[in-house]
Amino acid sequence: MKVVFRNIGMSFGAAGQANHIRVLDDISLSVAAGEFVCLLGPSGCGKSTLLNIAGGFIQQVEGEVAIDGEPVTGPDPRRIFVFQERGVFPWLTVEQNIGFGLFDKTEAEKRERVAHYVQLVGLKGFEKSYPRELSGGMKQRLEVARALAVNPDVLYLDEPFGALDSITRLQMRRELLRIWQAERKTILFVTHDIEESVQLADRVVVLSARPGRVRRIVDIDIPHPRDLSDPRYIALRDEIFGEIGLAHQV
Amino acid sequence: MKAGSMKDEGGLAMRVVLHPSSFILALLAAWHFAVVATGTKIFPSPLDVLRGLNDLPHLGAYTRDSLFRVFCGYVAAVILGIPAGLALGWWSWLAKAANPLIQMLRPISPLAWMPLAVIWFGVSNLAPIFLIFLASFFPVVLAAMNGVRNVPPMYVQAGRNFGLSTTALMTRVIFPAVLPRILVGLRIAFGVAWLVLVAAEMIAVDSGLGYLIIDARNAGKRYDLVVGGMLLIGVIGLLLDALIRRAERMKFVKWAFTE
Repeated sequence: MKVVFRNIGMSFGAAGQANHIRVLDDISLSVAAGEFVCLLGPSGCGKSTLLNIAGGFIQQVEGEVAIDGEPVTGPDPRRIFVFQERGVFPWLTVEQNIGFGLFDKTEAEKRERVAHYVQLVGLKGFEKSYPRELSGGMKQRLEVARALAVNPDVLYLDEPFGALDSITRLQMRRELLRIWQAERKTILFVTHDIEESVQLADRVVVLSARPGRVRRIVDIDIPHPRDLSDPRYIALRDEIFGEIGLAHQV
Repeated sequence: MKAGSMKDEGGLAMRVVLHPSSFILALLAAWHFAVVATGTKIFPSPLDVLRGLNDLPHLGAYTRDSLFRVFCGYVAAVILGIPAGLALGWWSWLAKAANPLIQMLRPISPLAWMPLAVIWFGVSNLAPIFLIFLASFFPVVLAAMNGVRNVPPMYVQAGRNFGLSTTALMTRVIFPAVLPRILVGLRIAFGVAWLVLVAAEMIAVDSGLGYLIIDARNAGKRYDLVVGGMLLIGVIGLLLDALIRRAERMKFVKWAFTE
């Protein structure tokens, strides 16, 4: 197993105090190498917190996260966290952003990798552009390219498409799947969007409202590319809708 | 589209050049006729001012001395102020420790330091340079400090994620993220530095545009030179501010000024 969560729990505030909030409770989960897993849950269920724990950005927690059997003790370039598109550095050009994490590489290797990922995420022709000159979707792809350039094993995506319009979001999902299939990274993807999770993931981990617990893990056994009118797709989607306790009508 | 942009450029030229210069010309004319109409012997007309400055042999040297002092004091403030501000913004315990002192020193006018400047530095360039340094130091420190505090946490998180050391994080993430705010602080600080020039040159030195104003009044009630010195300080300040403003158009800080 690539990423293993063992009995993760977390609280804000001291136990017994009025401000004590239990955020995560007894979360255990194993993610295989190359697997695409969505963490799905309502706002405030602690799914982002769980991702930050896996990223090594939050350390005072109960339980343990291990990657390749090694406990996570802090951030590490082998596992890159991708935010909404606001995480790109506005003072750097597209190619400088992509090359940001390649400071220990030779100039030649750096140039080659930057060129490769510019191509992969479809930003050719924009190498010298600054993020403010790009659309939201392009900035998001830039951030994914910056993450992939350092050749991480694991990508953590925290509601990466949340700020995009719905058409761009659909295109970005297709792009991400294409990149994932090309690069075979392990992906943990946080979202509150049920459709998104069923379109993308091998498995959807449904979390409960605060404190976040694993309610259910749903295998999405549909090959890519997924047909959104496929009865199996609709059945799985509705199953998760039911699990979260939502009716099928708006 | 093309015609529209041409028209915009014409409008821009009007607003930037034509409107201000006709406004200034109108004021100069009003000034001139006011002096003529009242027949005053004390207050100079614009032409008197021009003649007075033109007849002053050491005007160039005075201007150079003033620029030199402002430059030294200001550059010292920038060199010390930026790292100090970055450090204060980064380590909150340091800011907590230093804040009362900063807030106490800040409202003391640089002019209040004049007597101390003279006993410390004597009759030399160092006394006015010190005053200019004091005046511009705090705006630089505060701009850098507040800048660091306002850096979006995800930039820092991303920097750490890519394995940057604290030093690399400072130079590759924090500094470029804060640079636009620092530039704004540098402009404010420069304005203040130039502002205290006159007062700074009232002590310890016998050259400079500030000295010119004091000396012209004390030595012979030469109000043409007093007004001339004032105008010169204003015009040079305007030009230098425009120069600093250009820095805001550099492509790696433009993001903060256009969005």
